[in-house]
Amino acid sequence: MSIAAAADHGPPPIPASEAGPAPKRIYVSFGFWIFLLSDIVMFSAFFAVYAVLVNATAGGPNGAELFSQTNVAIETACLLASSYTCALMSLAVASRNRLQTYLWAAVTFVLGGAFLALELQEFSNMIAEGATPQRSAFLSAFFALVGCHGLHVAAGLVWLIVLMAQLTFEGFRARVERRLLCFALFWHALDIIWVGLFTVVYLMGVRP
Amino acid sequence: MNLLGNLGWDALPWSQPLPLISGIAVFAIVIAIVAWIFVKGHFPYLWREWITSVDHKRIGIMYIMLALIMLLRGFTDAIMMRLQQAMAAGGAQGYLPPDHFSQIFSAHGTIMIFFMAMPLLIGLMNFVLPLQLGIRDVAFPTLNSVSFWLTASGVLLINLSLLIGDFSKAGWVAYPPLSELQFSPGVGVDYYLWALQISGVGTLMTGINFVTTILKLRAPGMGYMRMPVFCWTALATNLLIVAAFPVLTATFAMLLLDRYLGFHFFTVDAGGNAMMYVNLFWVWGHPEVYILVLPAFGIFSEVIATFSGKPLFGYRSMVAATMAICILSFLVWLHHFFTMGASANVNGFFGVMTMIIAVPTGVKVFNWLFTMYGGRVRYNTPILWSIGFMITFVIGGMTGVLMAVPPADFQLHNSLFLVAHFHNVIIGGVVFGAMAGLNYWFPKAFGFTLHEGWGRASFWCWLIGFYTAFMPLYALGLMGMTRRMQHYDDVTWQPWLIVAALGAFIILAGVVCQIIQLVVSVRAREQNRDLTGDPWNGRTLEWSTASPPPPWNFAVLPQVEDKDAFWVWKEQQRTGQHAPVAPRDYEAIEMPKNSPAGFIIAFFAVMAGFAMIWHIWWMAGIGVLGIFATMLAYAFRHEEETEIPAGELARFDREHPVRHESEAEAAA
Repeated sequence: MSIAAAADHGPPPIPASEAGPAPKRIYVSFGFWIFLLSDIVMFSAFFAVYAVLVNATAGGPNGAELFSQTNVAIETACLLASSYTCALMSLAVASRNRLQTYLWAAVTFVLGGAFLALELQEFSNMIAEGATPQRSAFLSAFFALVGCHGLHVAAGLVWLIVLMAQLTFEGFRARVERRLLCFALFWHALDIIWVGLFTVVYLMGVRP
Repeated sequence: MNLLGNLGWDALPWSQPLPLISGIAVFAIVIAIVAWIFVKGHFPYLWREWITSVDHKRIGIMYIMLALIMLLRGFTDAIMMRLQQAMAAGGAQGYLPPDHFSQIFSAHGTIMIFFMAMPLLIGLMNFVLPLQLGIRDVAFPTLNSVSFWLTASGVLLINLSLLIGDFSKAGWVAYPPLSELQFSPGVGVDYYLWALQISGVGTLMTGINFVTTILKLRAPGMGYMRMPVFCWTALATNLLIVAAFPVLTATFAMLLLDRYLGFHFFTVDAGGNAMMYVNLFWVWGHPEVYILVLPAFGIFSEVIATFSGKPLFGYRSMVAATMAICILSFLVWLHHFFTMGASANVNGFFGVMTMIIAVPTGVKVFNWLFTMYGGRVRYNTPILWSIGFMITFVIGGMTGVLMAVPPADFQLHNSLFLVAHFHNVIIGGVVFGAMAGLNYWFPKAFGFTLHEGWGRASFWCWLIGFYTAFMPLYALGLMGMTRRMQHYDDVTWQPWLIVAALGAFIILAGVVCQIIQLVVSVRAREQNRDLTGDPWNGRTLEWSTASPPPPWNFAVLPQVEDKDAFWVWKEQQRTGQHAPVAPRDYEAIEMPKNSPAGFIIAFFAVMAGFAMIWHIWWMAGIGVLGIFATMLAYAFRHEEETEIPAGELARFDREHPVRHESEAEAAA
């Protein structure tokens, strides 16, 4: 269909901006997008602070001495894989397959949980070595940035449980579908932030 | 371990009679009002129609009432400071001890910015936006209620500090290291931080809500270039909220981590960097200035076009200037601290950017002037505020450009010249704008117009009072007086400060006039009823519905064909180009159900915030769990919407015929 053909037949089409109020599914996910952007702005403040304080180790340990490449590699693999399974869950929702939705939600939950467990283990190891957030400004910034991402992941896991409960009680109601859509956006956004975090904190941190 | 954390009887200011008595008096009045509401049986009505309301108009009105009460509170602080500085010269110490004076200037700034200016403009946007966009509510009505109640939570927390404990003494900006635990060990800074964190979440939600509303929910036919200018400025403001408030949240979170868990973001030891706080604070803080003033620009645009009887001059340039300011506002933050010691190039860049931002602002001023030029200007109260604004704001803008020159700023930094400058733009811009908006939209909200005479009297008192109060501060700043002085040795400053105090009392007379205006107007409401829905011969869609509008705003969504949609429609009616309105086809509509979620979440937020301030950890846990449980209950609620049958819509329209001026003329 060409533009010229459309122009020949009937009145000109109404521009999208003049079409009137958008349907609920559209503006709910749009609003959630705006929230995610604001969340990314908040992370950017933590990133900037980390970049400023990365060398302020106050005689304490630095990143190269603290970070374990293997641990972080497994963490990253878990989180990225969970994003994939989350997308599979979205497909199951789209085809209204309840069993597959539960299955992929469970896999996503397990992978996200594994990520969180590894992160907590890393934190507790560091604290046991005396590398606490109170030790230096660098460590304050590290724990705040990585911990903030971890808190988001934890909140996402709780949200996922609530959504599965809601799916059980209410089935594929419009509002459940909207919330599952928002959850997927949230989960993928956390992945994007992790890619930045992985690069800035863990890769650049161990650069010789 | 103490069950109540750090809270004890010594939290009350026993040794300071002034805060003790005023605190007890305020709380007694609040308790008396609440008791009166319950005894008289008004509570069920309030609960049903206001507290649980998700109607954007009701929420907007509550925001404005909250803001006006806080205006009185912040203004009381201002009068106290002006009195102290008028007295405390040379050997005299005035009547306020330094500790108390520091709390007053901190509270004054915090309250005026966060709890007066913000809620006032958010309230106006709440009320007006959906009406101007020709829709029935904002995108997320319940979230809107949550936002309001979280703002109210912040207000409650900050006012609790009047009596229980004390408030921050670190200024409204709370710069570390002064605001760190080491130098501010009390609860004051914690009150500041938790009040602003909680209300800040509310503000962010408002921003998300309004951006979505403006970009995704407009009446059919309302393309971007047909939106009223107020909607454009509101869009810019809410984009700024979404982009700036998360930075403030993160910054305050870091300061809280420093204070509660011994982190080292901004401390003087272990590598902390206090200047980083200052940078982050103003990365939020400068956009905040435009968050406040852009909606005011929008109000002036509406008021000036309406009362000049002309379309706004240069609509497109107005939109472009608004969006240019929106972007540039993120590129000037460093001018708040040229004295930090950044290199000359960095200071030079930010100085030039600051001067550039005056260009789009100048475009706007000329557009307003050209709108009035050749128009038949009706000098009602709203346009008086607008003209007062144009003169005052231009002066304030010029002193701002002056301070954008880094070497000049080195002299004027933290002096009363600066204080005079930002009051010049905030009072002259934001407050005057809000007053114009209140007088302009009041009949739409309540169905009767405000008294003109008292409105004018309040305007003249404010205008004259403003110049009397703040022009001396420019002189004092040039004479070397710094801000926040409880006492000074140079007695030659005293005459200027006495004049400034006099000015504050003239403004007080203006405030009194406004209260009288409200009382007189309410008592004479039957004579001043607005039966047409269009008392000012307006141009935009909010005037095309009844005053006050029904809960659904428009029984049938208007079809927009041009900018100034309602004006065009009236012109077509008058010249007969448009067929008379056909009988409408009413269809049943769905409206969101009222919800107590916002109020309950705010209740638990106050509990959690108060508990954190006093280190009552178990209670903070209950607060957070309560918020979570409320959200769960809301997520699983049964009914989301109520249906309003077509018959009710038709009946309302029959009983409230919107009689436009054009029809009135035809009838005459």
